Amino acid sequence: MDFAYILSRAVAQGLPLLYGSNGEILNEKSGNLNLGIPGIMISGGVAGIVGALIYENSVAEPNGVVGLIVSLLCSVVCSLVLSLIYCFLTVTLRANQNVTGLAITIFGSGLGNFYGGAISTILGISNNSIPATAAAYKAPLVPFYDKLGAIGTIFFSHGFMFYLALIIAFVSWFVLKKTRTGLSLRAVGENPATADAAGISVTKYKYVATCLGGIIAGLGGLYYAVDYSNGLWDTQSFGDRGWLAVALVIFVVWKPNLAVLGAFLFGGLYIAEIFVPGLTSATKELFKMLPYLVTIVILISTSLMKKKENQPPESLGLPYFREER
Amino acid sequence: MKVKAAKEPLVRIAKRTDISTGLSYGIRAASVVLALLACGIVVMLLTSGKISFLEVYTEMLEGAFGTARRVKITVRDTCALLCLAVALAPAFKMRFWNIGAEGQALVGALASCIVVKLMPDMNGALLILIMFIASVAAGALWGIIPGFFKAAIKANETLFTLMMNYVAIQLVKFFAVLWEKQKGAGVMSTLTTGKLPQLFGVDYGWSIVIILVVTVLSYIYMKYSKQGYEIAVVGESENTARYIGINVKKVIIRTMAISGALCGLAGFLLVSGTHHLVKSDIVGGNGFTAIIVAWLAHLNPLIMMLTSFFVSFLDIGTAKIASTCNLNDFASDVVVGIALFIILASEFFINYKVIFTKSGKKAKEGK
Repeated sequence: MDFAYILSRAVAQGLPLLYGSNGEILNEKSGNLNLGIPGIMISGGVAGIVGALIYENSVAEPNGVVGLIVSLLCSVVCSLVLSLIYCFLTVTLRANQNVTGLAITIFGSGLGNFYGGAISTILGISNNSIPATAAAYKAPLVPFYDKLGAIGTIFFSHGFMFYLALIIAFVSWFVLKKTRTGLSLRAVGENPATADAAGISVTKYKYVATCLGGIIAGLGGLYYAVDYSNGLWDTQSFGDRGWLAVALVIFVVWKPNLAVLGAFLFGGLYIAEIFVPGLTSATKELFKMLPYLVTIVILISTSLMKKKENQPPESLGLPYFREER
Repeated sequence: MKVKAAKEPLVRIAKRTDISTGLSYGIRAASVVLALLACGIVVMLLTSGKISFLEVYTEMLEGAFGTARRVKITVRDTCALLCLAVALAPAFKMRFWNIGAEGQALVGALASCIVVKLMPDMNGALLILIMFIASVAAGALWGIIPGFFKAAIKANETLFTLMMNYVAIQLVKFFAVLWEKQKGAGVMSTLTTGKLPQLFGVDYGWSIVIILVVTVLSYIYMKYSKQGYEIAVVGESENTARYIGINVKKVIIRTMAISGALCGLAGFLLVSGTHHLVKSDIVGGNGFTAIIVAWLAHLNPLIMMLTSFFVSFLDIGTAKIASTCNLNDFASDVVVGIALFIILASEFFINYKVIFTKSGKKAKEGK
């Protein structure tokens, strides 16, 4: 089998995970363990399809680029709203983060699959595909990629969201590691009381980081929905990708730059069962356990080594209330 | 030196130290009413106004209690959720975030099926007993593993238990394919042995009784036993616990064993009382919903009967509406999600009070 093709599939599989984990890293760096990310990814993805579908059905000659912008906006708005609900409940109202996150996931995946599963019935239209928009997403930015050999197939056969993911990962890494803002954000996640005393607005940082993180994670759902699955949503197929993105955060020890490699590795593991010879349909299922087992091993070994920079943010999962000692 | 007067914020938030029982229950009751009203509006939106606001509630009641069979199903679903919520309570009381109920229940269910498959000739009470022991042990093991690593090296338990869910799911999928009745179906055939005897005319009659007994026992355990007290102290402050001579590591591992074992019990009941097979969605996300159910009940097993009923009622009621309006079942998750948001938000008003400061005037506070 064509090895370059397999790797390009691994990259495509890894992209939703990269967006998702990048978003979750920003969340967790602000001290918010957002277990709502899987739900945000699903609803963010379906929102993109719904937007594009409404647009393509309202004009006679749909323009792919317009469809792309419409779906992107819909996805961003949807993820933003869910993230705001999460922030309002956990930061302003100080509700428990795990419980709120899970409620967001129940709500978000319900909302996404509700519309995604019966989209044409609900909208009352017969056509449920978005060919123009999907084509715009899938169009390779480097049109002559097939002349670049294996490298071209692996890295340049993807649509613009591949590059966007890399840019977001790079910017996240840069901001977190090299800027004052990033330092403040990390301070909020490590010890909000200290950050507060230093004059950093804990609430503001938590809101902004969590909303941005949610939007980025939603883009992962969008990529999956309109690019990877051509705009056709199947309620079963997104599966555990959202949780895999949360797992990936641990795997790459909260570093967006490592997340790029980790995502493609997880993407490869996700589809490896198709290419590894000698697997029965039963052992394939065991093979899919690998990303989770590897994550557990990483979780144990980082806890064992106690290296400071590889630990979860100190205040992860805890609400902050200034008057509490 | 001129000091610029700080602008006084319009609202100030203070922690409530004493709230009267009446007020706290009043706030809760109000939040439930508000949640129900919101659900009605959401259902109307989801169905694009195919049914009126009042019809939402009559349909929901009809779906949950319309016939004797529906009542039984409602009780069954409530108990399935309740069992997992009760299982989670001790762990949460210890501030150990066990997000792994789904996986712990799944391995419990799987263990029961393995026992039946290994002993095809056996039947009756002995088989049931062995299934029960296997399930409880498997669930306990799934709980002990993250518990041990939390106690020994402080590995983050939320993330650990979360990952264990998917290890369990894949394990179940593996066996489901191994035992599949048709090649490629990935679903095993129903077990013919290892069924609980009928009670109240249904297979799951005994499950309901067992779960209710466990709920009461767990309430007594948490409230009146020495171990329950230890759990509460470790949850409040590990340092205090150490100071008064509690072996914190032992308590963490023991409590996770109990929590996992009860989840395993839930798995056993799902197999022997309800489904008679194992598949990866047999717990159906209840492991996650139970976390919220337990939390909303303030980890009190008796109140969990109410919260799990509330969630199951919304779930079943909305599913009924969805099926009459030809929509898919995911409407239930949307409605449950909205209700949870509102009730979670209301908790704030129980724990904190909002003080409106009059702008321009200095708040007079004699400390």
